[in-house]
Amino acid sequence: MSDVVNPKAAELPRLSNAYQNWYRFSRNPTAVIGAVIVVLAILAAIFAPYITPYPQHAGAVVNFRFRHLPPSGTFWFGTDDVGRDIFTRVIFGLRVSLTLALVVLGTAVPFGTIMGLIAGYFDGWTETIIMRLTDVALAIPPLVMALAVAAVLSPDLTHSMLAIAALWWTWHTRLVYSMTRQIRSQEFIEAAETLGASKFHILFREILPNCISAIAVKTSLDCGFVILVGASLSFLGLGIQPPTPDLGTMVAAGSAFLPEHWWESMMPGFAILVLALGFNLLGDGLRDLYDVQEVK
Amino acid sequence: MEFTLFLIRRILWSLLVLFGLSIVIFVIARAMPGDPARLALGPRASAEQVTQLREELGLNKPLVQQYVLYMEGLAEGDLGKSLLTRRPVNDDIRETFPATFELVLSTITIAFFLGVPLGVLASRFKDRWPDNAVRFVSILAAVTPSFFLALLLQILAGYVLHILPTTGRLPHNIGFVADMTGLVTVDALLRGRFDVFLEAWRYLLLPSIALMAATMGQIARITRSSMIDVSSQDYIEASRAFGVPEPVRLFKYMLRPSFVPPLTIMGLEFASLIGNAFVVELVFAWPGMAAYGVRTILQKDLNAVMGVVIVSGVFFVVVNLVIDALVGFVDPRVRIRGRRA
Repeated sequence: MSDVVNPKAAELPRLSNAYQNWYRFSRNPTAVIGAVIVVLAILAAIFAPYITPYPQHAGAVVNFRFRHLPPSGTFWFGTDDVGRDIFTRVIFGLRVSLTLALVVLGTAVPFGTIMGLIAGYFDGWTETIIMRLTDVALAIPPLVMALAVAAVLSPDLTHSMLAIAALWWTWHTRLVYSMTRQIRSQEFIEAAETLGASKFHILFREILPNCISAIAVKTSLDCGFVILVGASLSFLGLGIQPPTPDLGTMVAAGSAFLPEHWWESMMPGFAILVLALGFNLLGDGLRDLYDVQEVK
Repeated sequence: MEFTLFLIRRILWSLLVLFGLSIVIFVIARAMPGDPARLALGPRASAEQVTQLREELGLNKPLVQQYVLYMEGLAEGDLGKSLLTRRPVNDDIRETFPATFELVLSTITIAFFLGVPLGVLASRFKDRWPDNAVRFVSILAAVTPSFFLALLLQILAGYVLHILPTTGRLPHNIGFVADMTGLVTVDALLRGRFDVFLEAWRYLLLPSIALMAATMGQIARITRSSMIDVSSQDYIEASRAFGVPEPVRLFKYMLRPSFVPPLTIMGLEFASLIGNAFVVELVFAWPGMAAYGVRTILQKDLNAVMGVVIVSGVFFVVVNLVIDALVGFVDPRVRIRGRRA
C-alpha cells in the first residue's frame, strides 16, 4: 500500500506534523493575510496606550480647536466632533470588539460543544430536548434577542454579550452533534465501550479530539460574525457606554456628519470590516488545512 | 399524499418551535430581573401605583399561571399596548410590518437571483479567475457590517452620484397610499400606477442591496460547492457520455439538485437577515417593523419589543416552512428523508 501515500506528506517525510501544517498554512496567501490581521489587531488592542499617538483621546477629552479635521499626517484618520484623534479611538475600540468575541465564544463554544457531545452520544429524551432547543434558538436572530434583553435590563455590553452567548452555543451544538453521530458508530468507540471505558472518557477523550479541528474552524469564522453582531448592537446605541471608544458607536456618532465629514463614520466602519475579514480569512485557511467540510 | 405528509410533519415541527419561542420570550419578559410594572410606569411612579399595575397585569400570580394568561393573550393575537405610541401594539405592527416584508422580499429575490448565477459561474470556472473573483466578493460581502455598507451606499448613490433617494419609502408628494396589500410595489401594479411602481423600486434598491450582501455571498458559495459536488456524480458523467447538450446538462441535471443547499441556507440565514434589517431600516429611515422595534427598545417599551420579537420569530418559522415545502418540491428525495432527520 506504500504507493498511495499522500504526495504532500511524501514531500516532507521527516518533518513533524505541526511543522507540516504550518508549512501548508504558510503557502496559502489569504490565510496568512488573515492571520496577520488577527495577530496585529490583538497586539494593537493590548498595547493600545503605548502605540497610539494620543492615548488620552480614548477618554472624555474635548479639543474643539481641532474638531472635524480630515485625515492628515497629524491625525491619520481625522478627528471627530469634539476634536479627538479617530485613529487612537479606533485602536482602543478594537479592545471592546475583541473582548466581546472572547467572552461570547469563550462561554458559548465550550458549552455548545458539551451539549453537542451529550446530544450526539445519548439517544432518547436527552437528544430530543437539546436538539429541539437548538431549533428554537435558530428562530431568534441574535441581534433581536440582544435587543429584547437590552429592553428589559439596561442596555450595556455585558447584557448584550450574555444575550448573544445564550443563542450562539446552539450552532456549536449542532456541529458537534452531527460529528458525534458519525464518530460514535466507528470501531474505536465500540472498542472503548467493550473495554469498559467510562462515558466521560469516551466523550472527552475519544470523541472530542476528533471534533477539535472542526470546532476551531467554526470558532475562527464565528469571531468575525460575533464582532459584526456586537458592532451592530453598539451602532444601535446598545453597546458599551461613552466615553469608552467602541467602533459601532463611533460609526453611529459619525454618521450624523455625513457626507461632509465622512471619515468620522467610515474609518471605524472600515476597521470593523478589516477585523471581521481577518478572522474570516483565517477560518477559511484553517478549513482548507484541516479539510473540514462546510458545516451549517 | 407523500408530499402532504411531509408538509404536515414540517408544520408540526414549526408549531413546536413557536411554542419554544413563546417560552423564551416569556422568560425574557417576566422571569428576568427587572419589574415590567416598574418599567411601564417609569421611575417616578409611586409604590402603590406599581403594586396596582402588578395586580392588573397578573404579575403577582404564580409563573405558570402567568404563562397561561400570557399565552391566552397571544392566542387571541393581543400583544398589549405600546407605551411609546399609546396604541395597541397590534396596530403598530400591522402598520409597519408590510414595509419590512416588502424590503425582505426584494432582498431575498435579489440575493437569490444574483447569488445562484454567481455560484454557477464560479463552479464552471473552478480555480480560475472568475472563481476567485466570486470568492473574494462573497467573503467581502459576508464581513461588511450592514450599517457600514448602508452608509457607504448612501454616500455613493445619494450624495456623490445623486441617482437614488437615500431615505424613506416613497416621496411625500406622490399621493399614493398602499392600502390593499401594504406592499407599495404590488399595490402600485394592482392600481395600474406604473410611475409609482418604478419610484418605489428606486427607494427599495439601496436598502435591499445593503441587506442582501451577506446572504448573496453565502448563496453564491453554497451554490458553487454543491454544483461541484453534483458535477462529480456518475449520472452527470453518463449524460456527458450520452451526448446530452451542455446547457441541458447544466440547467436540468445539475442546477436543480444544486438548488437545495442554497435554499436551505437561505432559510437559516433568514434569522440574521431579520437582525440586520433592524440596522438597515434605521439608516434608511425605512418605516418598517424593525425601525419601530429599535425606537421602542430605546424607550424601554416592553410590550412593543416583545411583539416585534414574536412577529420576527413567526416570520422566520413561516419562511422556513415555505422553504421546506419548496425544497421538498425541488428535490423529491427530501420528502422521504425529512430535512432535519
